[in-house]
Amino acid sequence: MNIMSEAAVEKALDQKMNTVPFKMIGKDVSVYYGEKRALFDVNLNIRENTVTALIGPSGCGKSTFLRTLNRMNDTIENCRVTGKITLDEDDIYDPTIDVVELRARVGMVFQKPNPFPKSIYDNVAYGPRIHGLARTKADFDEVVETSLQKAGLWNEVKDRLQEPGTGLSGGQQQRLCIARAVAVSPEVILMDEPCSALDPIATAKVEELIHELRTNFTIVIVTHSMQQAARVSQRTAMFHLGNLVEENDTDKMFTNPDDQRTQDYIMGRFG
Amino acid sequence: MSTSLLLLLIIVIGFIAYFAGRARSLAQAGGKLSNLHSLPGYHGSYVAIWAMLPAALVLGTWLIAAPIYIDGSTRAALPDTVQSQGTAAVQLALGQVKSVAGGLLRLSGEEVAALQSGAANLRSTLAAKGVALAGEGEPYMVTVAQHFNAMAAANRWLMTAAVLLIAIAGGIYAIRNIATRFRARNQVERVILGSLIVASSIAILTTVGIVASMLSEAGRFFTMVSPFEFFFGTVWDPRFAAAGSGGASGQFGLVPLLTGTLYIAFVAMLFAVPIGLFAAIYMAEYASPRLRSTAKPLLEVLAGIPTIVYGFFALVTVGPFLRDISAQLNGLATGNYQNFIQAQSVVTAGIVMGIMLIPFVSSLSDDIITQVPRALRDGSLGLGATRSETVKKVILPAALPGIVGALLLTASRAVGETMIVVLAAGVAARMQINPFEPMTTVTVKIVNQLTGDLEFTSPQTLVAFALGITLFVITLGLNIYALYIVRKYREQYE
Repeated sequence: MNIMSEAAVEKALDQKMNTVPFKMIGKDVSVYYGEKRALFDVNLNIRENTVTALIGPSGCGKSTFLRTLNRMNDTIENCRVTGKITLDEDDIYDPTIDVVELRARVGMVFQKPNPFPKSIYDNVAYGPRIHGLARTKADFDEVVETSLQKAGLWNEVKDRLQEPGTGLSGGQQQRLCIARAVAVSPEVILMDEPCSALDPIATAKVEELIHELRTNFTIVIVTHSMQQAARVSQRTAMFHLGNLVEENDTDKMFTNPDDQRTQDYIMGRFG
Repeated sequence: MSTSLLLLLIIVIGFIAYFAGRARSLAQAGGKLSNLHSLPGYHGSYVAIWAMLPAALVLGTWLIAAPIYIDGSTRAALPDTVQSQGTAAVQLALGQVKSVAGGLLRLSGEEVAALQSGAANLRSTLAAKGVALAGEGEPYMVTVAQHFNAMAAANRWLMTAAVLLIAIAGGIYAIRNIATRFRARNQVERVILGSLIVASSIAILTTVGIVASMLSEAGRFFTMVSPFEFFFGTVWDPRFAAAGSGGASGQFGLVPLLTGTLYIAFVAMLFAVPIGLFAAIYMAEYASPRLRSTAKPLLEVLAGIPTIVYGFFALVTVGPFLRDISAQLNGLATGNYQNFIQAQSVVTAGIVMGIMLIPFVSSLSDDIITQVPRALRDGSLGLGATRSETVKKVILPAALPGIVGALLLTASRAVGETMIVVLAAGVAARMQINPFEPMTTVTVKIVNQLTGDLEFTSPQTLVAFALGITLFVITLGLNIYALYIVRKYREQYE
């Protein structure tokens, strides 16, 4: 795990983003669904302890790219990935790699909150349990508490940990899913439009949370909301029709993008 | 005119009415269809419905009511000597009169006269014309039969005339209604709604009727045998119904049959549940779409095999196999080649019934497992769980209520199964716990009690209804509970 102190992160931010080391490197990544090609030779690197936002109109391939990062595309029939993606130094498409272990290192939060039909406690303890990250009851209690705290949910649910996770509100469910992902102590957390099913208040809470999580995790977030990308991310990558159009510091991206298409999309001329 | 010809005529009138109604609406539209409230086809249908439906209803009622009236009138025409002998004699005489009436139509006038005067023998004359008569026959029957024939002929004419008149009147009435703004479309809709309601009430009323008749027959049984003896008796020995004896000479203990039923169903479920469930998990979670598209229908073919086929599979293959292998095993263990599994036994029936149930378990569970939202699978896989961990810890717990419901539905099938048990477990009603010995079930005994010449007044046959209603209550309970669980489970994801 790469945990940087908060001060270090702030320091890194003060410097230019492009001095932060890469956590994941994607080189010539192409994805095919059957005969249809969804991504065209994307070269995109993810920086450590940074929030990278993937933006672009619907069907541009941003979610597809996100799902290549922990090989969730494997669960889709007929899906084929070419190119190379590394996590630290490991090629994650190497046949010898353990996909299950990879997904423990690269966690995922989905568009729709998907808590398991279990108690809040068991939802969070699910990952640690299958990966053997905790042994005793006390260990589990601690993991559950710290994870829920990191997800900013602890104070709301600490008195009802045994109630079903599906009974929470939408925003709480999504933060529970984030706590569930955090509990496995991943290095990277992928978020696929995590706020699209939430109301503005719940969205604000999740965004705040993403901001805090950056100290400990590398985050990649797909979003349809330009404002959200501007608010939560330090780097932004713009996709269009399966191509990576531009990748840059978020500030620059939203003030003075290099590519005309980015400019148009941000100004709301298409998408 | 025969009934089928009459029916055909009504249909022809309906057709004519359809085209007449259509033509009239077209004429009124004056070449512009948008003038009409409803399309010409609806006007046609409306007229056709008015032409056919009332006529058909009258025809149906007539066909039911007329024979009752004619029988009553004929019965009254029988001489007092017969009337005084009681209903059985009257019924017998009525039957003979009807046969005579059928025969008379084939005789010439002279022959009839000879019969009436008693000069010729009724039975032999009719026999010569190919009409068999149960008794010797008496001269009065000829008169009554003639009365019967006259009434039947008049009835037929009346019916034909009435039905045709109603058909034509209905058609004309409807045609006069047709106008550009007439809402034929809504009228047709109402008739369609009505017919749908009739169809569903037939289904429901049939069920109610069956239950009611079973209840009343079972009630008659319980007047002869006390319910306590039936529900708690441990000996099943109904004996045979001695004609006319009427009394309860046998013992009607339900317990051995119910034990057998539940025992065999239990063994079957023990066999079917793990195999069916694992097959379902494989099909739903692991199999590639190509394999699934061929393997799943193949598995479901098992469900289409008639149970009697499973029955002789049990009788010819499984039973002898178990018997022989048990003899071998016994021989290896003790040196005594005596089989300890009977060819007909609880295990034989259980295994074969289990095979029959596999497709039910797997198909129902498969549907339920695939209903678990994909988001839950992704969530678990995204946390780094393997597929089997996902199945064990997320999918099965989520699908459990539904699967339990499916298993209960399957169990109610196992409880109601008959043919496999007859052939695989025998008909001996015994109460014991050794699964290697024959036992029998409620359904088998129902078949047993209802085959052969029957007299529906003795407890020996009426017990079948008591058994039937018991079984019905059990399976109904299982089904209702299963549906309740399945429905509750469905709501979780809505």
